[in-house]
Amino acid sequence: MASVEMKNIVKKYGDGFPAVNDVSLDIADGEFMILVGPSGCGKSTLLRMVVGLEDITSGDMIIGGTRVNDKAPRERNLSMVFQNYALYPHLSVFENIAFPLRLAKTPEAEVQEKVRAAADVLELHEHLDRKPANLSGGQRQRVAMGRAIVRDADAFLFDEPLSNLDAKLRGQMRTEIARLQRRLGITTIYVTHDQTEAMTLGDRVCVLRRGVIQQVASPRELYEQPVNLFVAGFIGSPPMNFLPAKLRNGTLATPFGDITLDPKRGADIGDRDLVLVGIRPEAFDDASLVDEAKKPYGSTFRARVDVTEWLGDSQFAYIPYEAPEEVVEQLKELSRELDSEALRTQAVVSIDSTSRIRAGREAEFWLDARKVHVFDPATGENLTRDSDAGAELTRLAEEQRAEEIDEARASGLTVEG
Amino acid sequence: MTTTVPPTTTAPPATAPSTGASDRARGEQRLGWMLAGPAFAVMLLVTAYPIGQAVYQSLFAYRLTDPENRRFVGLNNYGVVLSDAIWWQSIGVTVLITVITVVVELILGFLLALVMANALKSIRPVVRAAILLPYAIITVVSAFAWQFAFDLNSGFVNSWFSWIPGISADTDWFGSFGSSILVICLAEIWKTTPFISLLILAGLAQVPDVLQEAAKVDGASWWQRMWKVTIPNMKAAIMVALLFRTLDAFRVFDSIFVMTAGANGTESVSFLAYRQTIARLEVGLGSAVSVLLFIAVVLIAFGFIKGFKVDLSQARGEK
Amino acid sequence: MSAKERNWWIVAGVVIVLYALFPIAWIVSLSFKAPADIANGQFLPTVFTWANYSQILTGDAAALFLPALRNSFGICLIATFLACILSMFAAYAIARLDFKGKKLILSTALAVAIFPVISIVTPLFNLWRLIGLYDTWPGLIIPYLSLTLPLSIWTMSAFFREIPWEMEQAAQVDGATSWQAFRKVIVPLAAPGVFTTAILAFFLAWNDFVYGISLTSTSAARPVPAALGLFSGASQFEDPTGATAAAAVVVTIPVIILVLIFQRRIVSGLTNGAVKG
Repeated sequence: MASVEMKNIVKKYGDGFPAVNDVSLDIADGEFMILVGPSGCGKSTLLRMVVGLEDITSGDMIIGGTRVNDKAPRERNLSMVFQNYALYPHLSVFENIAFPLRLAKTPEAEVQEKVRAAADVLELHEHLDRKPANLSGGQRQRVAMGRAIVRDADAFLFDEPLSNLDAKLRGQMRTEIARLQRRLGITTIYVTHDQTEAMTLGDRVCVLRRGVIQQVASPRELYEQPVNLFVAGFIGSPPMNFLPAKLRNGTLATPFGDITLDPKRGADIGDRDLVLVGIRPEAFDDASLVDEAKKPYGSTFRARVDVTEWLGDSQFAYIPYEAPEEVVEQLKELSRELDSEALRTQAVVSIDSTSRIRAGREAEFWLDARKVHVFDPATGENLTRDSDAGAELTRLAEEQRAEEIDEARASGLTVEG
Repeated sequence: MTTTVPPTTTAPPATAPSTGASDRARGEQRLGWMLAGPAFAVMLLVTAYPIGQAVYQSLFAYRLTDPENRRFVGLNNYGVVLSDAIWWQSIGVTVLITVITVVVELILGFLLALVMANALKSIRPVVRAAILLPYAIITVVSAFAWQFAFDLNSGFVNSWFSWIPGISADTDWFGSFGSSILVICLAEIWKTTPFISLLILAGLAQVPDVLQEAAKVDGASWWQRMWKVTIPNMKAAIMVALLFRTLDAFRVFDSIFVMTAGANGTESVSFLAYRQTIARLEVGLGSAVSVLLFIAVVLIAFGFIKGFKVDLSQARGEK
Repeated sequence: MSAKERNWWIVAGVVIVLYALFPIAWIVSLSFKAPADIANGQFLPTVFTWANYSQILTGDAAALFLPALRNSFGICLIATFLACILSMFAAYAIARLDFKGKKLILSTALAVAIFPVISIVTPLFNLWRLIGLYDTWPGLIIPYLSLTLPLSIWTMSAFFREIPWEMEQAAQVDGATSWQAFRKVIVPLAAPGVFTTAILAFFLAWNDFVYGISLTSTSAARPVPAALGLFSGASQFEDPTGATAAAAVVVTIPVIILVLIFQRRIVSGLTNGAVKG
């Protein structure tokens, strides 16, 4: 087990374009770190530099206190689960899992014992003699994990390990990975483009955009205190709504009426004409269902609902709005970068599942002004971010995490489980 | 998905001084040529050298039995060849055989492929093994089998088909031009149709079943599905098969050598070149014929690739 | 599919099998005919005789046939082996490495494959006589490479492209050296492709006729197809038909064995490389 430190890592390809640019990241021993971002952001490249499959153009990669830039993958003692699992088709499941042990010339008895133990943890027992081609997607995924845990590696690396599974299996394997990592307490770096995985698995999440780190923080801090438009738009599903707003005497004039911020946050915005207001869907509600005591903390507005989606436990309403030309371009650019296809300017609003608001009608909504963020449309910077509150969220998450690991270790859980 | 940024999406910054490829890229370049170089060199040696030599020799009046009188005649040999009726006769024969065999093989090959694609799982291996035999058998053996079958003396065809008007016990199939060509084509078709049908079968397999189902739902008949869905989607595979077979047929030699030895005007271009050089030792004239044949093959290949837009990367399984 | 439709496909399958086997059955039948039977105008012999086989294997035609058989096996196996070794390296480079000239090599292979053999044989004929390779094994092995190499390179690179090269990286992460990764992971994955290619290349070399008749003059190097083609020309037999048929059957046996055992692989090799077969 070891910590992983990256110092000013740069990766340039033949044409001089930096796929990863000046990335510095410290991953503590036992920490679960997520690298997330849209396709082409450099997250897989970064992971492959950690494991040694990709040359590092400049910077230092330090694993367990040793600089490994010039070490071959096999000398780094890391194990990795590939996106398409990379199971050896000519070897049985047993031999696939045993492969790293065989390479290390481990005695036969120990190989047997370790592979059986790993198979127990992953419930692969009855498949040990089969070939990978005869396994289902979920089973292959587990074999790949078996190959990773059978060895006493210093860290686990995952490269989009669940992207080839269907949604249900993905959910199951996600919890399985979380449980395994907690149990083994091993340093883990996990690459994904799926923000659900990012939010649920990671102790901390590193959001990358075009090879540059945007923010490294606990999932809650990313969600509640994003540093910029990109992080705010990337984290959260459905995504945050961005409304254009004109600033008039401390009040934000949006297509959904005026929003008044508390004086402290109002002052943060400073002297600007046009801004983008970011509001998460759950900051809205059906005005008729809102507690009277809560109402003064926000504002109400009437709007025509285009479509509603009732999901049983929750409900979403889509409200179209007109946006000025200059902001539309900016929003389109953002949605392109986030790998989504925004066809129209509309707000997604989460309302109570019992709400009687119906599509095609006008309805009254309430908006919680306390949960609003204001962004500079040119730089994307979050003007109302409270960095102290964010740091506190991450600190809490770390505390909770440390407790969990102590508990797991104290109860003596090991691979043999 | 991959996170390596494709270099095409962003133009390389022009400001950065070009330091050339990285060490790894350069090492890969060197290793690539080290590994592939020998094969490449051998291929060049066994083809480029001979064809160069042939071009050179075609410029001389040169008989192997009479080396003293070897002299430079420029393009004279080509003039002699191109103004000779024998050349045009052999071109005609070659084109005739090529067109007949390729057309018949394409149709027949398509039918075979359809049967193999639809054959029950239980008989598919049998059909496949059977169909591979003609492909794998030596051309000369196939030519002998067909020749002996039609031969006046040893054949059974005359007695089996004597009920057909015009065929009797003493029908000499190799006695006239038309019937000789017919038997030659039969032998060629029998031997090479399997190759075409296997390529077409692979093409058929590339057309997803859902397309068929979608077309069915849209109300297309079997024929319509074939012409409007299946064939357009496997055009590339058909074209590749057609290209290879045409070039192959154009070089027809073995069957003619065995069956008629060029009698009754059944000489193909390859046969003419062989007879000039190897049999008559007219190296100068023979080389001219070889070069002309080579040019013809190149023209056909070029015509196919440009005219029909045959996508050869398809043949390499890159798509 | 309905029962009626199914029956039709079965009938069609049987027709194909008959189509493919009929000429082969004929030459086999002919090879068992006694001289008196040859002109009987029938498909089957009236009496089966091994006379034709004993003539080519032990009789007066053996001097012509047996050396040819030995030449064919030796020359074809060596040419196949060389082509496979050379193209293995080339195909590895093409499938695995990123280097300039890949396209050039593949295009050259294609060009060589469509090259009219007769255009090569004429100058070789002269050159071989000049440098003493005429009527020798190397004199045929070298030109056979022009037949086998292009096919081998194309087929093998098609096979190699399908190898999941990520395996190699996975093995390295698992602790393998480059050599271990190659030997334990890549070789087992690549072997079937190499083997299939070898069969196809062997077929091509085995089938050659033009080089065989042009570049040899005696039993020192003359391969079977050429010897067969010249059987009828040799006046030492009254009627060479039976002997020719028997010889044709003998040289077809290895081919049939290979086809029966490896049919699935041969099909995938042929359609993968999609090069002239």
